[in-house]
Amino acid sequence: MEFFGEIWRRLTFLLKRRQFDRDLEDEMRLHRELRAQAHAKEGMESAEARQTAKRQFGNTLLLRERSRDQWGFAWLDTFLQDIRYGLRQFRRNPAFASAAVGVLALGIGASVAIFAFVDAALIKPLPYSNPARLVAVSEGNRAMRRTNLSYLDYLDWNRLNTVFDSLEVWTGNGYLLRTASGTQPARGANVSSGFFRTLGVAPILGHDFHAGDDLPNAERTVVLSYGAWQKWFGGSRNVIGQSVVLSGEDYTVVGVLPRDFQFAPRGGADFWTIIQPSNTCEKRRSCHNLWGVARLKPGVSVDAAQADMQTIARLLEKRYPDSNRGQSATVMPLSQVIVGTVRPILLILFGGAGLLLLIACINVASLLLARSESRKREIAVRGALGASPLRLIRLLATEAMVLVAAGCCLGLLSAAWAANSLIRLVPQDMLTNMPYLQGTGLSPRVWAFAGAVAVLATVLLSAAPSLHVSLSDMREGLVEAGRGSSGTLWRRLGAKLVVLELAIAVILLVGAGLLSKSLYRLLRVDLGFQPDHLATLTVVLPDSRYKNNDQIVALARQIQNRVSALPGVRSAAISTVLPVSYNGNTWWIRIVGRPYNGEHNEVNMRDVSAGYLSTLRAKLLSGRYFTDAEDASKPRVVIINRAFAQKYFPGQNPIGQRIGDYVLSRNSIMEVIGVVDDIREGALDSEIWPAIYVPFNQDPDTYFSVVVRTSQLPESLLPAIDAAIRQADPGLGTVEQTTMAARIQASSTAYLHRSAAWLIGGFAGLAFLLGVVGLYSVVAYSVSQRYHEFGIRLALGAGKGDLFRLVLGRGLFLSLAGVGIGLVGAFSISRLLSSLLFGVSAGDPWTFAAVASLLTVVALTACYFPARRATRIDPNVALRYE
Amino acid sequence: MPRDEIPPGTLYMMILRTLARAEKMHGFEIASAIQQRSQEVLHVEEGSLYPALQRMLVKGWVTAKWDRTADNRRARYYRLTSAGRKQLEAEVSQFERVIGAVQRVIETA
Repeated sequence: MEFFGEIWRRLTFLLKRRQFDRDLEDEMRLHRELRAQAHAKEGMESAEARQTAKRQFGNTLLLRERSRDQWGFAWLDTFLQDIRYGLRQFRRNPAFASAAVGVLALGIGASVAIFAFVDAALIKPLPYSNPARLVAVSEGNRAMRRTNLSYLDYLDWNRLNTVFDSLEVWTGNGYLLRTASGTQPARGANVSSGFFRTLGVAPILGHDFHAGDDLPNAERTVVLSYGAWQKWFGGSRNVIGQSVVLSGEDYTVVGVLPRDFQFAPRGGADFWTIIQPSNTCEKRRSCHNLWGVARLKPGVSVDAAQADMQTIARLLEKRYPDSNRGQSATVMPLSQVIVGTVRPILLILFGGAGLLLLIACINVASLLLARSESRKREIAVRGALGASPLRLIRLLATEAMVLVAAGCCLGLLSAAWAANSLIRLVPQDMLTNMPYLQGTGLSPRVWAFAGAVAVLATVLLSAAPSLHVSLSDMREGLVEAGRGSSGTLWRRLGAKLVVLELAIAVILLVGAGLLSKSLYRLLRVDLGFQPDHLATLTVVLPDSRYKNNDQIVALARQIQNRVSALPGVRSAAISTVLPVSYNGNTWWIRIVGRPYNGEHNEVNMRDVSAGYLSTLRAKLLSGRYFTDAEDASKPRVVIINRAFAQKYFPGQNPIGQRIGDYVLSRNSIMEVIGVVDDIREGALDSEIWPAIYVPFNQDPDTYFSVVVRTSQLPESLLPAIDAAIRQADPGLGTVEQTTMAARIQASSTAYLHRSAAWLIGGFAGLAFLLGVVGLYSVVAYSVSQRYHEFGIRLALGAGKGDLFRLVLGRGLFLSLAGVGIGLVGAFSISRLLSSLLFGVSAGDPWTFAAVASLLTVVALTACYFPARRATRIDPNVALRYE
Repeated sequence: MPRDEIPPGTLYMMILRTLARAEKMHGFEIASAIQQRSQEVLHVEEGSLYPALQRMLVKGWVTAKWDRTADNRRARYYRLTSAGRKQLEAEVSQFERVIGAVQRVIETA
């Protein structure tokens, strides 16, 4: 209690310090007057009495300070005084101050902005209850670690496992929403009944799904996302119980999800419905269309869960060898599945920003060091007047703090701006799948990080000049008049700092070089088709109205004819999956007439129209393309890619061979009629899988993409293409109207590589600039310091060339040292980049050589100017120069 | 007139005791009172008096208020608080204990 009273009194004192000074002044004046009065009474003359009283009283200033000290805020006064002094110093030298603050703001801004992303993606926990216990559960095989889960396997896993509190499944889904203004495609997801309870998310309105909602005759129910509720239902609270038509089926709205609900694996899903195992796929164990998410029982580790699921997977493998052979189970932390792809990039960027920050600090530290050299005399005078070394260090530290504080404010502003603009640069599609990036900005953790950076920078920046104070001899500082031995410390330490700067710049430049080369290779990777002048969009048919394959084939033909007839269109074709999307949507094949050991031969399968491969301008290696007439009434045919031919028909002619599904069911047998060169079906940096192209007319689907080869700019034709397709059936939906080139540019692989290359490139550019400027200032400063010495050398007969070589030699030595250390550092660090590099090795000698020569040449250029200045010294002037 | 230094650590106690006798006093009165009471032996330095008073304000042993003296000058008057009274008791008893002990040590046998 008393303790708080004292704090309170001290704080009130802090606010009324002026009043305090006045009170004390008045009080002491009265004391002196009364004393003088007393002396006068004793018989002194009034002037003498006053004098004596004053003398007795002593040093009022000291007294006031000591009285004030009692309140314990002496440090604050000194601190404020030092700050005022620092500000005055910087006002006197605005060029220095703005350079230092600017460089610091750059480093702090970059690292804080990147940290904001690191925080949003990697540190902030997922918005579920107890997210550390959530895991992603899936099947896996030799080719892919995580593959979809089949419904029947899920039921067994759910029944047999002992490690999960609950295990649920979900799958992405697209719906056609019937609205007053027409049919709109909408993103949705199918989930099992306990999905939201497992995540620990409760609807803000209405209720969750109930167990049993997935029974075949149960009422169809839907839970809305907050966005869907606002967009299509005006945020009305009466929405519960309303009916909504999705892809021609009636659903009843039972709940609305919270505004901040997110599920990154199915970003942007607006309609959440329940999995009804009535679908044909859910009845086949070999049909994989689901993903699992589970909550671990308390105390169960991910590894233990993995082991348990693996045991169950082996059991199922034995019981159902046809469908489950080679199918394993994979359990991973949910967070790893969600942020796994961005984690390495963010960490690399964070490392890059950290290096930039370091180089910025070193740069400012050497500026401060140079300045403390020229302030040597001032410091010495202060020391002589009684300032202790500690007091001087405190003064210099406060000055550093003023710089860092200004740099930090500016840095935070620019970080907020940069984080905002970087978010806006992320393609919308990607952002939908990265909901965790929403709200990236100055969170409390980011503030804390900025604070920590500021403290570290202050320590670093006050260390350099403080070293100077503690090392240098005061007397020397007083005596010397700014020449002779001056600057030795600066020359030694400053030179080391500049070598460090150059080394860091080399590391960043090598990183940027590798990432740029990798991006270049990535964007020029052989796609197996011509991506320019291709317009693409995806068509969704309402399943309820297209139950018959003939209907779909007829519509697909009509769409192709309508689009082909448009002016500016060369040809139009369809496929179930566009190239440069993903490896997946696979089939297990078997070759007729070969012994079969039961293992799964997984290949990409694409249902494509007759003109698809020619529209893409793929390369036919042998055989023929199929025709539009080859439909369900004709024998089944298939075109395989080169990878397929090499893997399954090495050294044989594949044409005429027959393949089928893994049990060789009679209606699955197809004859190979052609071999096409590999088309990149997966992401730009993924490997080529064996693939088969099957006539769409023999295996139609209600969800397909249209590819249009145009003779003019493809984006200009998109509206006409879209309209033509909608005219074929106003009840269908179209999504993802774009061009192939834009798809590739905006693909997450290209985006991640591009952003890494650009950002690290930017950091490297800045580091390069700072390093070269640092080198220039070191060399230029040493020339100005040795002006006198050079004059003597010239007078004693040294040639101008000798001086030139002397200065340039020193610059060359420093830059070679920096480049050498940097190359060694880069070589040991660049391996961390390996996972991000495509088509270039982490130790790429060309990149290393290019960086080394670039830096050496630029560094020598930077040293050329001070070297030339050294040659122009007039010995007459230099000898007189003080 | 010989004057002795105030023994270290006793200034607070004497100021508190002096204030306890009167209702309120300003700085000069406190200094004079101590001097008189000690029969001119102890002389309170202004250099220690005012910092000591500030310290006691921080601790909450005294409060200060501006008022008028008998001859109508502005003066800052200090009053003892209840915390100050408690502190006085504590310091006096400790002082007596110490002084008794010191006396016993230096007593000639």
